[in-house]
Amino acid sequence: MIEIVGLTKKYGSFYALQDLNLTIEEGTVFGFVGANGAGKSTTFSILATLLQPTAGDAFINGMSVTKNAHEVRKQIGYMPDFFGVYDQLKANEYLDFYGASYGIAPKEREVLIPKLLELVNLSHKRYDYVDLLSRGMKQRLCLARALIHDPKILILDEPASGLDPRARVEMRDILKELKSMGKTILISSHILPELAEMCDSIGVIDSGQLIAQGSVHEIQAHLQSEKVLKVKLAGPTQEAMAFFENDPLVSKLIEKPEKQSIEFLYRGTEEDQIRLLRQAMEQSLQILSFAEEETDLEDVFMAITKGVEVK
Amino acid sequence: MKTLLANPVLIKEVKLRFRSMKSFTGILFYLMAMSIFVFGFIFLTTSLSGSGFFRPDESFLLFSMMTYIQLGLILFITPGLTAGTISTEREKQTLNILLTTAQTSFQIIFGKMTSSIAFLLLMIVSGLPIYSLVFLYGGVDPLQIVVIFLFYFLTLLAIGSIGVMYSTLIRKTIVSMIVTYGTMIFLAVVTAFFLLLSVQISTLGTTAPSFSPFSYFWASINPAIVMLTLLQPGFAQEIQTMTVIELPLWVGYLVFYSLLTAGAIWLSVKRLRVNMNKYK
Repeated sequence: MIEIVGLTKKYGSFYALQDLNLTIEEGTVFGFVGANGAGKSTTFSILATLLQPTAGDAFINGMSVTKNAHEVRKQIGYMPDFFGVYDQLKANEYLDFYGASYGIAPKEREVLIPKLLELVNLSHKRYDYVDLLSRGMKQRLCLARALIHDPKILILDEPASGLDPRARVEMRDILKELKSMGKTILISSHILPELAEMCDSIGVIDSGQLIAQGSVHEIQAHLQSEKVLKVKLAGPTQEAMAFFENDPLVSKLIEKPEKQSIEFLYRGTEEDQIRLLRQAMEQSLQILSFAEEETDLEDVFMAITKGVEVK
Repeated sequence: MKTLLANPVLIKEVKLRFRSMKSFTGILFYLMAMSIFVFGFIFLTTSLSGSGFFRPDESFLLFSMMTYIQLGLILFITPGLTAGTISTEREKQTLNILLTTAQTSFQIIFGKMTSSIAFLLLMIVSGLPIYSLVFLYGGVDPLQIVVIFLFYFLTLLAIGSIGVMYSTLIRKTIVSMIVTYGTMIFLAVVTAFFLLLSVQISTLGTTAPSFSPFSYFWASINPAIVMLTLLQPGFAQEIQTMTVIELPLWVGYLVFYSLLTAGAIWLSVKRLRVNMNKYK
């Protein structure tokens, strides 16, 4: 479990993090979303014991990252957003070095390394020099490195950044597998739909503050206090326009006669929507479809970081 | 000890160092240069004297020259080998990952420093067969060689730890390298100048030797002067007479450089995780 309590990081008068509070339950995948410079990497660096907070603390399985840093390091697998590799080492030697760094016995490492390389689909590159690997392969190797000591918690700072679509899919599949293995994963990414697919919950950070937290669904629902409803009709739109105009929860009606459809903002709940549709049917409006416009995580992120406050 | 030598950073660094041809060619050229010097010296001495043999005092001269060449090598190469150990990791963005492993700061610093020093030790040890040629002609006490090598080791350790310290404190390798070379020049050259200055000041207006702790201090931290006292006990006597301090210079050297080494390693260990210092 990860617990962040009042975490603050200040550089001069600039707050990189401001009173961040967050709890991530064991075995869950938490996505950390935010624009560049929002404070994601600062948070991750503090959790990885690389950076001391100005105030507050964070706890990994109950251990303070500031007071028990050495013990915390054994509990976490950290993958930074930017990292280098030792070019003159082969992939298996690279993992062997880090295995030794965690005090894993040589015989144990011999068994572990092929398994990890298989997990990240790099078995065929075992004896290749690290500098000959592609960017995506290096990212996967770095992930294998973060897993070498079988940590319960993974802190992955933009693991898919800079990867081509294929490599992204491969990375996502590996992360899904790790999730199924029961790891607690804290992941940041700009590829928001990917987070939506595999995260149990997400947190949106902006200017060092957590401005939204919850499941992907919850955040979308919170944001959409006004949903966009689309109604497609079999006949003319005028009658439908008149009907929807009279509903107090409807606003900003847009008529699209060429498409025989209308769009409007709706402030009601799902029950209100059902009522509205039923009334429309009772009015004998020839409705072909009545649907809420899909809002993906990208829209949510854009809306939230533009200043729409979500509680 | 076994745990110390099983240090993952040390093993990795040694592996990386000897994976490139650079290290082997470095040793090759060093041995070639030493061989040319030694055989050239023997050839010139025997042919110029026309005697066809090599006298013990000439053998000692050769030994002394080789000793100074090795000292020069240590002073010149050690900063280059150690002043980039940590800053290079930082520049290559591998340090952060290393710092999140279960290794302690001491293990990382120890591994980095030992691997660099081990390479230089290997270089010096590989020159031993050439060095031992002087025994063929006599004039050199084997114990003297042991003392000289212990002296080398301490000097190597001290300059190595200074290099690692600067590499930890300074972000850029190039700056760290310049500062380490600057420190080395201070210890090897500037201290000799200060010694001359303090000797001049202490003898002002008097012909008799007077108590001069500053002269003793500057002499005792200068590697070249201390080495001379080890090679020529008569010179040690002269320094004692001049400073009116009975304590042999090598004792001062041992104390100063041991403290310097310990201080530099301590600071490196403390400052390796610089961002973990509060309010930084």
